[in-house]
Amino acid sequence: MAKLDVEITVNGARHKLEVGSQERLLDTLREQLKMTGTKEGCSVGECGACTVIVDDQAVNSCLVLTAQVDGSEIITVEGLESKSGLHPLQKAFIEKQAIQCGFCTPGMLMSALALLNTNPTPTKEEIKTALEGNLCRCTGYQQIIDAVEMAAEEWGV
Amino acid sequence: MAFKHVNKGVRRVDAYEKVTGKAKFGADLEFANMLHAKVLRTEYPHAEIKKIETAAAEGMPGVKGVFTAQDIPNNLFGVIVQDQQVLADKKVLLAGDGVVMAVAETEAQAAAALEKIEVEYKELEGVFDPLESRKEGALKLHPGKDDNQVIHHPLRKGDVEKGFAEADVILEREYTTQFIEHSYLEPEAVVVVPNEENHLVSVYGSIQNPYATRNAVSAVLEVELAEVRVIQNHIGGSFGGKDEVVSAMAARAAVMALKTGRPVKMVNSREESFTESYKRHPYHLTYKIGATKEGKLTAMEIEAVADSGGYACQTPFVTWRSVVQATGPYEVENVKTDTYGYYTNNPYTGAMRGYGSPQVIFAQESLMDELAAELGLEPVELRKRNMYSQGSVTASGQKLERHTVSLNEVMTKAMEAIDYKKKYEEYSGEQPGDKKKGIGLSISFRGCSLGAEAIDAAASVIQINKDGSVAVYSGLAENGQGLKTIFSQIAAEVLGVPMSEVEFKELDTSFTPDSGSTVASRATLIGGNAIKDAAEKLKGRIMDFAADKYDFKVEQLELKDGFLYDGQGNRLATFADLTGEMGNTGILMSAYGWYKSPPISWDEEKGSGNPYFTYVYGCQIAEVEVDTGTGELNVINMAAAHDVGRAINPENVKGQIYGGVMMGLGYGIMEELEVRDGVIQGTNFHDYMIPTIQDMPDIKPVIVENPDPDGPFGAKSIGEPTLELGSAAIANAVAHASGRRIRSLPLNLERVLIGRALHKGGK
Repeated sequence: MAKLDVEITVNGARHKLEVGSQERLLDTLREQLKMTGTKEGCSVGECGACTVIVDDQAVNSCLVLTAQVDGSEIITVEGLESKSGLHPLQKAFIEKQAIQCGFCTPGMLMSALALLNTNPTPTKEEIKTALEGNLCRCTGYQQIIDAVEMAAEEWGV
Repeated sequence: MAFKHVNKGVRRVDAYEKVTGKAKFGADLEFANMLHAKVLRTEYPHAEIKKIETAAAEGMPGVKGVFTAQDIPNNLFGVIVQDQQVLADKKVLLAGDGVVMAVAETEAQAAAALEKIEVEYKELEGVFDPLESRKEGALKLHPGKDDNQVIHHPLRKGDVEKGFAEADVILEREYTTQFIEHSYLEPEAVVVVPNEENHLVSVYGSIQNPYATRNAVSAVLEVELAEVRVIQNHIGGSFGGKDEVVSAMAARAAVMALKTGRPVKMVNSREESFTESYKRHPYHLTYKIGATKEGKLTAMEIEAVADSGGYACQTPFVTWRSVVQATGPYEVENVKTDTYGYYTNNPYTGAMRGYGSPQVIFAQESLMDELAAELGLEPVELRKRNMYSQGSVTASGQKLERHTVSLNEVMTKAMEAIDYKKKYEEYSGEQPGDKKKGIGLSISFRGCSLGAEAIDAAASVIQINKDGSVAVYSGLAENGQGLKTIFSQIAAEVLGVPMSEVEFKELDTSFTPDSGSTVASRATLIGGNAIKDAAEKLKGRIMDFAADKYDFKVEQLELKDGFLYDGQGNRLATFADLTGEMGNTGILMSAYGWYKSPPISWDEEKGSGNPYFTYVYGCQIAEVEVDTGTGELNVINMAAAHDVGRAINPENVKGQIYGGVMMGLGYGIMEELEVRDGVIQGTNFHDYMIPTIQDMPDIKPVIVENPDPDGPFGAKSIGEPTLELGSAAIANAVAHASGRRIRSLPLNLERVLIGRALHKGGK
């Protein structure tokens, strides 16, 4: 299989990589960069567990080839915590008990981050729209909505 | 009672790793020199295997081995009945049975090898309906069995003939329920490492029940339990689903790890998971009920037939819970219940959250509303005239007296939470236009923990280190439900230390004692008691030591916030200094905890006895809007009131309620795994829809607390009761809104609009 040279920035760090022409961004993250925080749940873009942010857009990394995102800036769940501590979204997910098994959590956080980056004061309906591509079988979603609302409030201050 | 940690919505102890991506799930694990394996599964629901040709696959790049049933030391396993094949040997019994497995340097190479394998089958006629399977002369599916019956549980009380003779109204109704996919977000994944630290094999991965998986791997390899070590990692949801299917995966990987001498990883794709995993049992339910015109129940005759699919799996116990709970929480003098499970060539069925209760509750709570309508009574009134109260006697003859029977309380509180009375009156009147609103409720009693299925006991270990830090081990497993947090709260409460001093350790079967499976909503109740026992043993030692050292009576001393206090509130020592000194004096600072449930009983022939030592009670109410022109059903509001004994963590309990209500909503109105002649139609989430965030009704959780004498701090169960009630409440609300009574799940568009399913085989 043909190999391609790509350069991507992941959580602020630049990576020059050789990738297969059919290699999915999800595999590059998990297998080449050993960043396993991004999860694979369905491989067809239905569950949202693999959601990452590519140039400010939340995308299913199972549906994107790494070669397509050459030169892009990518944020994954590993990029949320900083030297100053947890991101307000992470804190809010903990505070509002928005986590059970935790498998959907990275994708939920990424979809929520993409929303708050463009709309810092979302309504409940806007939150639902932003997260409608992320399945969760444990929480029933209520505490996730509560967490995003809390993060928006705290972050906005 | 004033608590420091218990009864508080403290944060999850595993939250940090889960919000940072640091939590390692099965598929995230890597070991040096690791191989990858894949399984070839049959597409035939019933066929003889004539020939398997593997030579071409063995020669493929990177391939380290190709194996069949002939390579498995003991090919049959099972928790209850050992009839499940690790790999199909002479016959495949369901579409999805594994036949050949290949292990290679990469997953892609293993998958490529499977393409080169040729299996020659002789297709056999199949049986795809348990009602056919039970008939005399039906094709026999399991070798060595005279018929296709997996199990029959009878229950007899009083005289139903007499009861029906006394009735003014008799109704006979049939209900059916569907196959359900667990839909845990994480597909199954394991890694087996050979010859690690004096174990023949170490099994890592997303394992619901480490001891059940250890039992299976040891039985399949024909080695002692001590040679098999199972270590649980973070598990991406289970809901009863990561038991036998993961045990089979672990056993296969273990065989290949030993054959190759290298770690072997297996990860299912979503399609593989749908194809091979077990499902929730579809039921065919026949109910006959008699009542006087005053609305007093006189008799119930019930038959429930469950589709067990290709294997027995958990069918004997699932249908046992059904036989205990089939009448619902109502006093009935005369009862005749029979629950059955039959083999078919459908996907096999096993444990799923609810475990034999959601099916019977859908039928029996729908029936109560049908009966109420027949008698001209309001649904609430009919229930009040028959439901259990303190001291009531159940269908199996158990007197409910040791715990608080809170049915009336949960029902009243749920009704208040959703403003039931006003809405019921309003929606009972004429509603103009196509869109009609309705409101419906259902109530249940549910036996806590395993009951008479098996010995019900659990263990724990607590170690206090010399710096005062506390390590907690349990033989029960975190499944995402919050067990680590709940158990840490209990340990912190008893020992009087901050939560930050308590560290919950991952389950390792070679260290923590066998505590059975994390099932039946038993973890908080049984496992929590075991944690409390270990903590109390240590506390006893600490208090004796402190009383001696400071010359106080034990009763005058208190452990709180990481300090030892005297009766006047003076600090005498830090927990760390005190326990450190004890350790240095040679006092054992570790303790095993153990809890065995109070006595229970069951007569399998009569269906009588005290099957569970305590029960929980719940009520859920659904408010819906039905578009009678299009069939569109919108569940607007739901109230869910559950008596949990005591909420160790109320925020966590709410999370269970929200999640369970949504899973019940999926069961009620949208989910149906379509199986056509044994073959699953659609094996991913674009075909099989589970509720998204857009499907949420407004959910009002109501926590009711009547501390149980046998629960840790009075706590009982919450995981399963939350999803067993929703489908009946919604069906009753739909009938209230539209006048259409739907007796088959799910209540999807076509059933709501025209009263039947449109697809082939739909009822």
